[in-house]
Amino acid sequence: MSEISLVVVGASWGGLTALSQLVAGLPGDFAVPLAVVQHRSWHADNLLASLLQDLTPLRVVDVEDKEPLEPRSIYIAPANYHMMVDDGYLSLTTDPMVRFSRPSIDVTFVSAGDAYPGATVGVVLTGANDDGARGLRHIVDRGGRAVVQDPATAEGKAMPSAALLLVPEADVLPLNEIAAHLVSITASASSRGERKVKG
Amino acid sequence: MAVQVDDAVPSAAAAVSRYDPELERIEIELLLEGIYRSYGFDFRSYAYASIRRRLWKRIEAEGLHDVSELQARVLHEPQIMERLLLDLSINVTAMFRDPSFYRAFRERVIPILRTYPFIRLWHAGCATGEEVYSMAILLQEEGLYERCRIYATDINEVVLQTAKEGIFPLDRMQEYTENYIAAGGKRAFSDYYVAKYGGVLFSPSLTKNVVFSLHNLVTDRSFAEFNVILCRNVLIYFDKTLQAKVHGLFYDSLAMFGILVLGSKESLRFSPKVECYEQFNGPEKIFRKAR
Ligand SMILES: C[S@@+](CC[C@H](N)C(=O)[O-])C[C@H]1O[C@@H](n2cnc3c(N)ncnc32)[C@H](O)[C@@H]1O
Repeated sequence: MSEISLVVVGASWGGLTALSQLVAGLPGDFAVPLAVVQHRSWHADNLLASLLQDLTPLRVVDVEDKEPLEPRSIYIAPANYHMMVDDGYLSLTTDPMVRFSRPSIDVTFVSAGDAYPGATVGVVLTGANDDGARGLRHIVDRGGRAVVQDPATAEGKAMPSAALLLVPEADVLPLNEIAAHLVSITASASSRGERKVKG
Repeated sequence: MAVQVDDAVPSAAAAVSRYDPELERIEIELLLEGIYRSYGFDFRSYAYASIRRRLWKRIEAEGLHDVSELQARVLHEPQIMERLLLDLSINVTAMFRDPSFYRAFRERVIPILRTYPFIRLWHAGCATGEEVYSMAILLQEEGLYERCRIYATDINEVVLQTAKEGIFPLDRMQEYTENYIAAGGKRAFSDYYVAKYGGVLFSPSLTKNVVFSLHNLVTDRSFAEFNVILCRNVLIYFDKTLQAKVHGLFYDSLAMFGILVLGSKESLRFSPKVECYEQFNGPEKIFRKAR
């Protein structure tokens, strides 16, 4: 099994509930850094991070520019910035919105696939648009893995459905099984606990 | 559901599983070196992931396949360089962006500035000037504008020209008005502009004490000593090394007890002088040079 360096998760409409369940399901020794892009309104504050922090022993980080990627950490893209993955850290930009979104899931996913080809897992959760589909395709084209929430279990079915259309080979799972699935596909990394991200 | 395509992704053909990130990094470094040596634009230390995204946008738009192909075209065809230059310069901005910052500036920094007979401010990377007009409004409302000289600089001549003209899109005034109110504005926002030429023209009194000028943070030196330096959402486009260099420039350009303002998601992490600053209480990125 190939080593996974990064998990990127995209969510939109209904994402708060879905993310809460996903994050609460991850064990405290989940070593691989997990970067979350949740569409939010322009003036949204840091509520999402503190909300998720209450649900997990992992470290939840409100991302600032050039944030280093570390094990056992969950990174939240700030409202109104795109978040890009570089080798070992996360960069922010104020580039124009991509299809009405900033942060854009596609922007983060594409950069993740490029930074860690073959070592990225992309996860598309609930949402009422199609952000994430092209980014997920890119991750898989770069040799990474795709996980999509079963649209039947999603508050917003459009986003996971769009992802499945472009990435039919994705692992499709009901929301309540995704955390355990992430643990199993990143197992070789997690079992070593202290694994550092390359870079 | 149809999936639209309007963001550049390396095309399926180019995205083959043989993708080699090390090789692509070499290609990109060579291209940026070539641009620097033949055109003088220095993007060599800009943040890698975002530069790569923009380069791929241009590669796709020109119907090319990889970075090396773009390099050949850019070096031989100045029109392509011109188009690439537009892709590489990101000038997104807004008036009273992050209203909580302006509120904090009003409450915390203005009382300090009040004690000064003369105040020099520098907006580094001011883009089309929305921030400069916002600060000018705030300074007028606090009765400090007459004592201020504001230097507004950017590397991009085109955006500086817009900044000087002071004409902004009408369709953003509602957003800006909300920001202005949230920022603690004391009047009606519409007092500051008149509708004109399909946009709005801001009062020329706001730029009376503003000097707009070209300045490149990468290559140009300090040009004065400032009481306040604002550089928001510019350094995020630079890599860590270049951020450190520019932070050195800011430190040297700030008067003792001068104020440095960064964007809301930026830090002093890479400043060689990080221990010389104190951050104001709260989440705003307002720092004071204490040593
Ligand atoms: C995203 S805008 C930020 C505008 C504004 N400060 C704000 O926060 O809304 C970034 C600006 O930095 C300018 N810039 C980029 N590289 C620069 C450099 N080397 N020297 C000076 N300005 C630069 C760009 O031209 C652009 O106008």
